[in-house]
Amino acid sequence: MRREPFIAAIRFGHGRRPWEPLPADPRAGLLAELENTATRRLTEAELPDLAAIGAMNREDSESMRQGQGRPHQARLMRAEISAALAETLTSAAPFRERLVQFWANHFTVARGKVPYFAGHFVREAIRPHVTGRFSDMLLAVVRHPAMIGYLDNQGSIGPSSRAAQARPRGLNENLAREILELHTLTPAAGYTQADVTSFAKILTGWSIATVNPPFGFVFRAAAHEPGAQSLMGQEFPEGEQGGIATLAWLAEHEATQWHLARKLAAHFVADTPPPEAVAALFAVLRDTRGDLGAVARRLVTLDATWKPPLTKLRAPMDYVLAVLRALEAPAQIAEGLINTSQFLGQPVWNARAPNGWPDQMADWAAPEAIVRRVEWAYGQAGRGAGRDATALAEAVMGPLIQPQTLRAASRAGSAREALTLVLTSPEFQRR
Amino acid sequence: MTRAHLPAFGRRALLLGLGASIALPGVRLAFAQAPGPARLVVVLLRGGLDGLYAVQPYAELNFAELRGPLALPEPSHEDGLLDLGGRFGLHPRLSGIHAMFRENQALILHAVAGPWRTRSHFDAQDLLESGADQRLASGWLNRALTALPQTAAGRAAGLAVGTTTPLLLRGGVRVDNYMPRGVAEVPPDLMARILDLNARDQALGLVLRDGIEARGYVLETLGEAARQRPSPGGQFAMLAKAAGQLMAAPQGPSVAAFELGGWDTHAQQLARLNAPLAQMDEGLVALKQALGDVWRRTAVLVVTEFGRTARVNGTLGTDHGTGGAAFVLGGAVQGGRMLGDWPGLAPANLFQNRDLWPTTDMRSLAKGLLRDHLRLGMAAVDAAFPGSGEAAPLGGLVRG
Repeated sequence: MRREPFIAAIRFGHGRRPWEPLPADPRAGLLAELENTATRRLTEAELPDLAAIGAMNREDSESMRQGQGRPHQARLMRAEISAALAETLTSAAPFRERLVQFWANHFTVARGKVPYFAGHFVREAIRPHVTGRFSDMLLAVVRHPAMIGYLDNQGSIGPSSRAAQARPRGLNENLAREILELHTLTPAAGYTQADVTSFAKILTGWSIATVNPPFGFVFRAAAHEPGAQSLMGQEFPEGEQGGIATLAWLAEHEATQWHLARKLAAHFVADTPPPEAVAALFAVLRDTRGDLGAVARRLVTLDATWKPPLTKLRAPMDYVLAVLRALEAPAQIAEGLINTSQFLGQPVWNARAPNGWPDQMADWAAPEAIVRRVEWAYGQAGRGAGRDATALAEAVMGPLIQPQTLRAASRAGSAREALTLVLTSPEFQRR
Repeated sequence: MTRAHLPAFGRRALLLGLGASIALPGVRLAFAQAPGPARLVVVLLRGGLDGLYAVQPYAELNFAELRGPLALPEPSHEDGLLDLGGRFGLHPRLSGIHAMFRENQALILHAVAGPWRTRSHFDAQDLLESGADQRLASGWLNRALTALPQTAAGRAAGLAVGTTTPLLLRGGVRVDNYMPRGVAEVPPDLMARILDLNARDQALGLVLRDGIEARGYVLETLGEAARQRPSPGGQFAMLAKAAGQLMAAPQGPSVAAFELGGWDTHAQQLARLNAPLAQMDEGLVALKQALGDVWRRTAVLVVTEFGRTARVNGTLGTDHGTGGAAFVLGGAVQGGRMLGDWPGLAPANLFQNRDLWPTTDMRSLAKGLLRDHLRLGMAAVDAAFPGSGEAAPLGGLVRG
């Protein structure tokens, strides 16, 4: 049996479902997924737009003022997470889903801080752009209430702005710093504190209206720092257009493209990817001026992505989704996965810091985390009772399953134990 | 200081405006008719919940000074407390309980303690579960079961959710024990085979071995029947949901117990209590949801072995104390009220100049639920709590 169809599902997606036909040409299959526009948005679930979220937010605030909690907030979050995970569990375009998760993690927001907007953020600022242009995604992200709220930009006031004359307040450089450090250039680009300050001034006035129209991004001219700003030797004009121009410039900066190439290679190839792979991805980003669809296609045609052994450790939620796909769990199970993600140490959309979830073996291979993973898998294996574990292993792993695992499974005392052995085998835990 | 001059239970609370129940139009449901047998759930918070942190007397003089950074912003401030009627506020992670309070389904009690004054976790937990002034071989909830009819089909009326049965439910009456899927303990011999398979993966094999060792599995004895298991912790909502689903069944158990740890916060309490509080809240909401209609005839008693020191300590935590908070939740509960005789936080009012002075005996609370909710006769109530004459059952906890 050929390895490629299995690698396609495991490395580019979230693992195989046993009944899925094996693609004759897995590379062509992945490339076709990237053209699959039907899955660009979450269409099945009835999830609210910003106006509806604003209404919930407003009602919750009113309720809070009366000391009566926020009835909408938890319900909205559950609905958003369930819909997103259900989509990943059942998607006909698993590669796209992995890209959604990759980019949502690149542009981390935490629902602990922006509970109303985290789901909408992934749906509307990330999902539609995963095969679009990086500059478009960056702009959509930085104008989204989730990112502006998460990194505190709505309170950032230009020191010479009209708002500051009325009430002296100051810059909040959180958003500007994280865009430079995490989303685009990285410190390797050599920017200084003065550059961060300039960029923070450029972004003054980038604010949000969360409970009133226009629901979403607003440019508050009164808070905007007057005058042109200089960032790394580039001049940017004052006004909203200055910020847009700055983001476009950052998006196409070579330092940004190198950063994205390294991250993509580390995610799809290996914790320490071969430099040629990084260089190949960088070249595509440079030549296409940041076409994320083109770089995704390059991942498919890169030799390194297809070379076993698969050495990446599945992060907790990667692992959960792979197990549930292997066991053909129904989409409704997604609701319970909020707790599972918490238990396994990767609460959905709630990374501890703006740098998102780590993507290296060493970060996830912690004793307690792996034991919990085993325990969870054993619990889930009850779901597959009656199945032939070795047949399932071959259906989802093909030649990647190791003979020792098959032997151990065939000697197990029960179907549940046999399945547990397959699902906790080292090869199943990797991607 | 003598406590004799303090007004009778509840009266002072009323004077302080704590009795105000908050009703939103449209959210008050009809609870008068709740056919079917009552359900009682007891949740043990092991480790000593800091009652003054979970339920903060934000309007109290001295509070901010005693608690320092542990005094959270008042209600309506960002990340502020959830108001309980103007003087007390719930920790923001307890929004589910707060919603129940608003719907008149939560009673919150302050300055509660058992009759013991030990600050040892293990002694205090034993006494809490024994329901007596010494450790007994059976728990008060099991003894209460002797007076309840067994359910049909020979099913036990009591259920312990978790890998073990707590002392609270141990005793002469057989109880069921259930551990939901997904939090199942991996049999040691299977764990040994998993470890064996992972041994060829150098990195995974090593961390798994470390994890198993840390868990208290002893590698040398893997494969033998002897085994240990940590407390459920983050799986609390799953436990609660399972308990609710089982109790919602027509022939389901009348009584269940389970537990949640993580409360022993001697340091960095601000950060460290977020997770347990959220777990507790999610779990109780999950329980309510899983119970469905049966919630209407359910009361949930949430207790801990002791409160914690009134003052924040030098590492931004609190140490073992005395008076604490307790919760009674459920559709059967006459909720929306703060209960308890609030002792205040002036230095002279602190027990041993350090802890919240206990003014409500936890046994009175439990006895009130046995008498008025499970409808046990007083003889059965007294048998559950031997020698508890000084702690009369608290009336008015549930709807009549």
